[in-house]
Amino acid sequence: MKIKMLLAGITAGVMFAGSVLASTLDDVRARGKLNCIINTGLAGFAAPDDKGNWAGFDVDFCKAVAAATLGDANKVNYTTATGKTRFTKLAAGEGEILSRNTTWTFSRDVDLSQTFIGVNYYDGQGFMVPKSLGVKSAKELDGASVCIQTGTTTELNLAEFFAGNNMKYNAVPIETNAEAQELYKAGRCDVYTTDASGLYATMISFDNPSDHMVLPEIVSKEPLGPVVRHGDDQWADIVSWVLRAMMAAEEKGITSKNVKQLASQDNKDKEINRLLGKDPLQGLSKLGLSADWAVNVISQVGNYGESFEKHLYPLTIKRGMNALYKDGGLHYIPPIK
Amino acid sequence: MTFFSNIWRNEKSREIIVQIIVLFFLGWFISWLVMNVNANFKALGKDISFEFLFIPAGYDINQYLIEYNNRDSHLRAGIVGLLNTGLVAFFGIILATVLGFSLGIIRLSKNWLASKIAYWYIEFSRNVPILLHILLWHGIIINTLPHPKKAISLGDVTFLSNRGFYIPKPLTENGIELVYLFTVIGVIFAVLFAKYCKRKQDLTGVQYPVFWINFTVILSFPLIAFFLSGMPISFEIPALKGFNFRGGMHMSPELAALTFALGIYTAAFIAEIVRAGILAIDKGQREAAESIGLKASKVMNLVILPQARRVIIPPLTSQYLNLTKNSSLAIAIGYMDLVATLGGISLNQTGREMETMLIVMLIYLSVSLTISAFMNWYNNKVKLVGR
Repeated sequence: MKIKMLLAGITAGVMFAGSVLASTLDDVRARGKLNCIINTGLAGFAAPDDKGNWAGFDVDFCKAVAAATLGDANKVNYTTATGKTRFTKLAAGEGEILSRNTTWTFSRDVDLSQTFIGVNYYDGQGFMVPKSLGVKSAKELDGASVCIQTGTTTELNLAEFFAGNNMKYNAVPIETNAEAQELYKAGRCDVYTTDASGLYATMISFDNPSDHMVLPEIVSKEPLGPVVRHGDDQWADIVSWVLRAMMAAEEKGITSKNVKQLASQDNKDKEINRLLGKDPLQGLSKLGLSADWAVNVISQVGNYGESFEKHLYPLTIKRGMNALYKDGGLHYIPPIK
Repeated sequence: MTFFSNIWRNEKSREIIVQIIVLFFLGWFISWLVMNVNANFKALGKDISFEFLFIPAGYDINQYLIEYNNRDSHLRAGIVGLLNTGLVAFFGIILATVLGFSLGIIRLSKNWLASKIAYWYIEFSRNVPILLHILLWHGIIINTLPHPKKAISLGDVTFLSNRGFYIPKPLTENGIELVYLFTVIGVIFAVLFAKYCKRKQDLTGVQYPVFWINFTVILSFPLIAFFLSGMPISFEIPALKGFNFRGGMHMSPELAALTFALGIYTAAFIAEIVRAGILAIDKGQREAAESIGLKASKVMNLVILPQARRVIIPPLTSQYLNLTKNSSLAIAIGYMDLVATLGGISLNQTGREMETMLIVMLIYLSVSLTISAFMNWYNNKVKLVGR
């Protein structure tokens, strides 16, 4: 009798373990909350604000997806991940989105079976040094001790840059940004290297940011973007079009202030009408989204530019490559048709 | 019916039946786990493959005992990491053993102050988590020692800075073979002399100062050869060049912090094991030894410790294993051990977490089993021989 019960229990367990493959959107709706994987703490991108709530550029994107799918930008559970654990956590289903300044590379996309849904920040690896070091270029760093945050593409870029310039260096690999900062401040390293955005975020948290500088060389291409698991195209489409909607809104001048107004009137620009649900957008029902999806995103989170200004301008980061194409940047959005 | 109930009532056959059932369920459970992993991997579109071990690792490692550069494979990076684990475990075990045995004996000393100091040391060390020990030592080294440009210089040949310790590196020149030869001769002489003295003592009871004679021989033979062959060793002195010191031998702050932390932490446990071992010896043994007029040091070395060793070795083995496994916390301060290379950066670069973790686990398992096997061999050697 007991053995029978045990067997029944185990069989049930096996069946349960085998039946986790429902649609991601259904899972999120059934739960009523979006699970989002973010950085353990990087000023401007994902860091707790003075009230203890997560805020930042990457956090905004989680909110935008929650606004589009659930209608409420606050229905998000945040899970933090280090550079090392992020893909494992995404693959294990701890979140539906990985929104954690993740570089889009071939092997991550293909070999790890992830889907990169676009680029929300064009970055590149840079070097930060104390001004007192008297270095003006990364090419003068021969023999330096370099603190690196592991679990990123950073190690490889660093090795290639130094080898390419026939320079030697002493790598000091550290797991998290916070610890790496401490070592840099204590003088264990001459240089700290990570994505330039991360350098600015780190520098702003120092007591005397002006004692440090980011060297002009950017030694790599780091297109950062949100990631989802392979295998659910509907979900990947939702997430990628939320990003595009935010950028399209900036392009069309739709902001969190005027979105309600624009949504209630007939606009000359029909693309605005289609984006805001005034005119039908063919195929929207296949994504499983309601007509006001973009209105929710823009009214509750803001357009791409608003999010950028709010979180990244304080770090003295300029738009640069991250401006829209019409302003000389790289963000070129497919039409909303 | 009676056949089955007979089998069940028979103690022997019942034991076998129960074991078969347990074994069946265990096997079934494990195969279910494996199948579940496989099924989930398939669902995620991942496969299990070890090909990544042979592609170039692409990253640099700041400390390598075998030649390594970033074009070498992940496998080689893993071996470099394993050797770094071995290095810190080796230093750590030596430090922990020396410190632990001394403290264990001091703790039993009749000197009140010495005993109390050892007591407080032990209580402090073993009641603070090892990770904090590591961070503390690393913090002390990088925060209190000066920048390389203001390094503490010992006679302008050895330098202490927050980038590590630099000492002169011996370089061998022509004629060094003679020194090697004399070293070997010295050691062989010492072994033979010790055997001769032992036999002599067994036969006649005469004692020679074997230790001091052998000590002198082992030290002086190579020294004589060194001068005879025209001093064939020169030193490469570390010198400040650019941002850091170059040349000489370098011990990184991470290696130093890890060695200190592991050694000092584990020493506290070893001290308690040694104390327990000594106290386990019947006090009649000590009294008997004292009654025949042996000195205190001889009582300890000839009577108490040889017997205590049997009690000490099995738990001491666990401490060595713990120390080796604890060295994996190196990742907290960026020491490139096995977990940081193969289980860290390689994992990240390739995304093969299942494979790398399996390999790292298997390696730790085999390292631990090797240490265990050695200690068991030693334990058998010192155990009470029935005559």
